[in-house]
Amino acid sequence: MAGQELIEQDIHEQQLTRVVVAACSPHLHEKTFRGVCERSGMNPYLSEMASIREHVAWVHTDKVAATAKAKAIVSGTVERVLKNDPLEAIRVPIDAQTLVVGGGIAGIQAALEVAEAGYDVYLIEREASLGGHMAQFDKTFPTLDCAACILTPKMASAGAHPKVHLFTWSEVEKVEGFVGNYTVTVKKKPRYVDEDICTGCGICVEKCPVLVVDDKFEAGIGYRKAIYWPFAQAVPNLPVLDTETCTYYIGGKGGCRACEKFCPTVPNSIKFDQKEERVTLKVGNIILATGWDLFNARRIPQYGYGRLANVFTNLELERMCNAAGPTGGKVVLRDGQTAPKRVGIVHCVGSRDRNYNRHCSAICCMQSLKTAHLVKERTGAEVYNFYIDIRTPGKEYDEFYQRVLDDGVHFVRGKVAEISDIPFDPAEASRNGAGTLYIQVEDTLAGMQRRIPVDMVVLAAGLEPRRDSSEVGKTFGIACSSNGWFIEKHAKMDPIATMTEGVFVAGCAGGPKDIPASVSQGSAAAARVLNYIRQGELALEPVRASVLEERCSGCRICNGLCPFNAISFIEERKVTEINAALCQGCGTCVAACPAGAIQGTGFSNEQLFAQIEGLLRDVNRSHEPEVV
Amino acid sequence: MSKPKFAMYWAAACGGCEIAVLNIDEKVLDLDANFEVAFWPAAMDVKYKDVEAMEDASILVTLFNGSIRTDENEHMARLLRRKSRILVAFGSCANEGCIPGLANLSSRESLFERVYQANATSPSTENPNNLRPQASSQVPEGTLTLPPLQAVIRTLDQVVEVDYHVPGCPPESRQIAAVLDALIAVVKGEAELPPKGAVLGAGNSTVCDECARKRDVKQIGKISRIQELPPLATDVCLLEQGLMCAGPATRSGCDSRCPNVGAPCIGCYGAAPGVLDQGARLMTAIASVVDANEPDAIDRVLDGIPDPAGSFYRFSLAHSLLRANRAALAEKP
Repeated sequence: MAGQELIEQDIHEQQLTRVVVAACSPHLHEKTFRGVCERSGMNPYLSEMASIREHVAWVHTDKVAATAKAKAIVSGTVERVLKNDPLEAIRVPIDAQTLVVGGGIAGIQAALEVAEAGYDVYLIEREASLGGHMAQFDKTFPTLDCAACILTPKMASAGAHPKVHLFTWSEVEKVEGFVGNYTVTVKKKPRYVDEDICTGCGICVEKCPVLVVDDKFEAGIGYRKAIYWPFAQAVPNLPVLDTETCTYYIGGKGGCRACEKFCPTVPNSIKFDQKEERVTLKVGNIILATGWDLFNARRIPQYGYGRLANVFTNLELERMCNAAGPTGGKVVLRDGQTAPKRVGIVHCVGSRDRNYNRHCSAICCMQSLKTAHLVKERTGAEVYNFYIDIRTPGKEYDEFYQRVLDDGVHFVRGKVAEISDIPFDPAEASRNGAGTLYIQVEDTLAGMQRRIPVDMVVLAAGLEPRRDSSEVGKTFGIACSSNGWFIEKHAKMDPIATMTEGVFVAGCAGGPKDIPASVSQGSAAAARVLNYIRQGELALEPVRASVLEERCSGCRICNGLCPFNAISFIEERKVTEINAALCQGCGTCVAACPAGAIQGTGFSNEQLFAQIEGLLRDVNRSHEPEVV
Repeated sequence: MSKPKFAMYWAAACGGCEIAVLNIDEKVLDLDANFEVAFWPAAMDVKYKDVEAMEDASILVTLFNGSIRTDENEHMARLLRRKSRILVAFGSCANEGCIPGLANLSSRESLFERVYQANATSPSTENPNNLRPQASSQVPEGTLTLPPLQAVIRTLDQVVEVDYHVPGCPPESRQIAAVLDALIAVVKGEAELPPKGAVLGAGNSTVCDECARKRDVKQIGKISRIQELPPLATDVCLLEQGLMCAGPATRSGCDSRCPNVGAPCIGCYGAAPGVLDQGARLMTAIASVVDANEPDAIDRVLDGIPDPAGSFYRFSLAHSLLRANRAALAEKP
């Protein structure tokens, strides 16, 4: 008979009134066993889990001591459960509108899935267009289909979908509420272009006389105007004006105004006095697909990026390979003309490196293989890949690696020590010619130091969490791991949900991923949201904090502590109040209240001290004070 | 009809509680009018043997101040418990050990060393011959005895059953007068006794409740001692101005006398209702509002508290979950 049935049977036969399951952490199976109790006619909150897996089996090697500890934990849990009160779950309605933050491929996918099911989605994008990093890529591995060709139709569908409400050039400023009932404040940055009037004809961009380096979309190797589209297929098809480079703004709002002058719409679409706007949205669920930042290769000075002209990043190469990119698809040196004859591609730049990031960025092996293939194809150059390990775990990924091997690309296993433009001696200089870059590396397969002369180096800079991920996490009430990626509810069994109900994570915001994984996560997050929406309401843990008003002195110690903004101070009565609907029962304020005026359901003094008594039952009590 | 009997006793304490009772001025005449004072060593001469001769439960009410430090204290606690119908733990020492309770962080040996050693660390000690008090000493007239010190200080309710508690170091005279009035009302049959175990002469919230200073959300970036700070704002929470104030974790009832004149609360009214450990509550409260995130920065803020045990547990150590440290507890007499 299965364990759950056994418990049910015992509840009936022995007329049990309390149940303790000594197994794993409550995190994993508390729901399961509460369900067993409920099915057997017991109040589910009269059961408890004793975590003897995470707290004992997984962390100790001394079996005798571990067994004693397991018994103590069970004993404590038994004492605690005796003090448990029967509780009723709190039921909350779920607002059918959804917020998706981040308009990259994961966010677009999530938004479209929810919208296709017939529910409204607010899609918030910080940049001026949807697309994210994928829009910058040229080809996608391993099939080598054009990134724009598969991404832009999705962008366009999201842009045109009646259920997708787009907020580009916007950021989420504040999130209040709880699952089913979030109130979100979105800041719309001024575009200085009227969204309702502009037809996207592009005359303003054409007439703008200011040309500046585009260090965002073109990764610094192309140019844009002061009023510009992020890129040609931008969604929405609206330009944005950059006040830091616009002549009119630099001149203290005087001069130029060419864009306004030539704008053909009536009334004029250019709005120099446009202000920041705040929009308040009501949503039931939130999907965070905020993506990643590229590792700044300048942080590794010995690789020379930013100092040696012909050291490029992988993102620069993506733009260079793109037929619509700054070089028209030609792979050339920094002079914009010379095709390289020898190219070195360095893997794991800023990844798998204890000095920078310990994590594997997951996509750079495949991206570097793709780059090797494209460079070889376009220039016929000798291509060297310097790698620590080749990681090709995706579908058809290793086949692609074999193909690149067959292309005749050289693979050197070893971490590059240095990239230098200084030859050892005049002989090396004359052998290799001026402008040569020397890659110093230990070839660990050949067992020797090598010095490989190349014309161009491509650094496979890794993926990092967004620089503001911890602030974003705070805004949405979710946590980041020590290295900055958002933490999922369970690494294996619940990689989409977070510890905050109604907030989901998709794509690289939770860690490096390739495009298929990001798309899958976008769909998965949408499925979770749709599940909640269809249920209409949700049962929440009835664990809540509450204030005993007559004991509250209004000291305000707790006022700044609530991660869910559930605490407010009532000035007239000089007492603190907790909004039971917002409270998530985390217990921070309960612990902090110096007056003991805040109570947490399920964590009363009686319960905790009973548990401690139980834990210490078998402990030698020789330290008791002597009684004369 | 004879008047009911009243007793007051002074165990391990400073005597402030006795003064506080006298500080009720003419109200003490009401006491005399309604009670026969059967035993009150500070006020009149009655021998222990006279108390021992009394019938059990013949004293209506005993105010017991002081903690249990010596065998004599314990003997008197047990004796007065037996002789009294109502035993009141009066003042901080009897309730929670008070300042003498901090001695529970030291063994008896180190206490004696500190106080009596010739080259002692205590600046007020002058004892060139290294004399120490002895439990028993021979003099020409015979044998003199002193009650031996027990290993740790205990509170009255750790030794005998206690009926009521009056907190404070010392209890406020206004509150004492109110407690006496209530007792007299009971004696006259005008009122019922409060439920056993009740705390009398105090409020049900914390000192902040009575504090006139304006309070805001707290972010404490630095904790200083009062002499290290420039003159303080007179209308803003002292904790917010960087002073360690125990007000948030201390039972109300004192009218917030210290904070209202610019001195931080030191916690003498003990834990708030329902709180088991005042020091732990105060500690978690302060820790919750430290305005720092990195371990080093947090340490820098907390380093501003010169004596954490004495700051958080100044009055309540002996009655806290900690009670005493191992050195004191492990020592055998």
